[in-house]
Amino acid sequence: MHDKTVAQLMAGLRDKSFSSAELTRCFLDRIGAMDEQLNSFISVNEEAALAAANAADARLAAGDTAALTGIPIAHKDIFCTDGMRTSCGSRMLDNFIPPYDATLIKRFNAEGAVTLGKTNMDEFAMGSSNESSYYGPVRNPWDTQLVPGGSSGGSAAAVAALLAPAATGTDTGGSIRQPAAFCGITGLKPTYGRVSRLGMVAFASSLDQAGPMAHSAEDCALLLNAMAGHDPLDSTSSPEPTEDYTAQLARQIDGLRIGLPREYFGEGLDNATAGQIDAALKELEALGATLVDISLPNSHLTIPTYYVIAPAEASTNLSRFDGVRYGHRCTDPVDLHDLYTRTREEGFGDEVKRRILVGTYALSAGYYDAYYKKAQQVRRLIKQDFMHCFEQVDIIAGPTTPGPAFALGAKSDDPVSMYLEDVYTLAVNLAGLPGMSVPAGFVDDKPVGLQLIGRHFDEARLLNVAHQYQQATDWHLRRPAAIAGGAA
Amino acid sequence: MAIEQDDIEKIAELARIRIDQDQIGQVTQRITEILRMVDQLQAVDTSEVQPMANPLDATQILRPDRVTESNRREAFQAIAPAVEDGLYLVPKVID
Repeated sequence: MHDKTVAQLMAGLRDKSFSSAELTRCFLDRIGAMDEQLNSFISVNEEAALAAANAADARLAAGDTAALTGIPIAHKDIFCTDGMRTSCGSRMLDNFIPPYDATLIKRFNAEGAVTLGKTNMDEFAMGSSNESSYYGPVRNPWDTQLVPGGSSGGSAAAVAALLAPAATGTDTGGSIRQPAAFCGITGLKPTYGRVSRLGMVAFASSLDQAGPMAHSAEDCALLLNAMAGHDPLDSTSSPEPTEDYTAQLARQIDGLRIGLPREYFGEGLDNATAGQIDAALKELEALGATLVDISLPNSHLTIPTYYVIAPAEASTNLSRFDGVRYGHRCTDPVDLHDLYTRTREEGFGDEVKRRILVGTYALSAGYYDAYYKKAQQVRRLIKQDFMHCFEQVDIIAGPTTPGPAFALGAKSDDPVSMYLEDVYTLAVNLAGLPGMSVPAGFVDDKPVGLQLIGRHFDEARLLNVAHQYQQATDWHLRRPAAIAGGAA
Repeated sequence: MAIEQDDIEKIAELARIRIDQDQIGQVTQRITEILRMVDQLQAVDTSEVQPMANPLDATQILRPDRVTESNRREAFQAIAPAVEDGLYLVPKVID
């Protein structure tokens, strides 16, 4: 059961090959047997999961089903879950039990999906390696000496290790796509505003977006169907109509024009990774697509632009953690100032503090125009580059990351070198576009991800291209050797 | 733009984050590296470019001003560090 796709599990539940309770038990047992090594979950609530599975089985028996009824799913520990700790990977929220569900959680619950647990992540989603979590690093199932990527590293590792058939993640600068690439799974960051942010702990409000992480494009489409849509409680969620994201999967891609930004294939890209990406592009060409040379001339400005805007927004969002209403509070504060400053010293880790300080500086009197306003102007130039390209091409393709997963500890002492990991993913968030990472081969037994970028609200096209690629290749079916022979 | 240790102390005060004296040097160095990387932006001519706050250039959607939430004070206060008689407790501010 544990090595089936969501689509296969849906069929199995309906034809009664197994029950949701059996399925849920199977994944809980795998988590129990294997997660000590990977650390991909922060919280697992067996009792609640089995109760939800039994309720789903009752719905299945009564014929009162939605698409995902009875399907076990892992949620990134950034989504508020009523009555279940939501830590966001931080000591600040180690004791935080939300009194409400995020809209995304509500939607999965309404479908009858089963929450297996909450996955590990970089603290407040700030990181590209999952090493900044208060709960310790996650390990990559392909090689436990490697990072799984971040910030949704727990979700990526859990899916890759077959501890969950699918998971949710969030992506502010690559946090779904980069761990998906490093762990050999499929991940989609939808258009900004496609999925509600209500109840998703805020990092950078103009960039944050939730999305699915799974084994295949088809599974991502099934999850996106449950997630996408306007939420009156999130004023930045889009009123654009949604569609059935599985409807276009089978469409042939002959005649598709794929833009290859030359800036994504130049200096900085690992040679062996480039070779895998070239092979993937040839495969798409063989399926009838046309490859078009394009340019995103402001690509070199994406990292500086992002590292003004994201910290600036983070510094304002994280000002809410004050030790007064919920979360961590320091012991024996002598006065209110001491309460604030020591609570925040103790509650936040180094990377989060750095970003709050950078953001505070960028927004402070005398520096606002030089940093924040400047970055917002360059952000528009970066978006315009994409808009010009989409006049000539249907989608854009390239590597998700400059190279495969790196070793634990290799970059954790050097923030700027860690930031360079996201060189190909950040621009997608700045422009608000949908982006995917699709397994596209291996370098020294480490997975490589092909990134696909689409027009705003063109998720169906991205999923279609990814699905057609996955019909012609089997990279997404490969499993880590140590995992395939595991328990259950 | 160079940043000095006392600038970091001022920012940390604005952000209400205490930094240990023995760490301030390292924090200053890391933030200097980040700001040096960010300073590439200064070379770009943006005189004709409107700042972009939302990637879809969306404007704020307003809803009718109707009461839609119920009072959940007890649920919210149940997760607070210190409360009394429905109030949040903090150290004494005024003597």
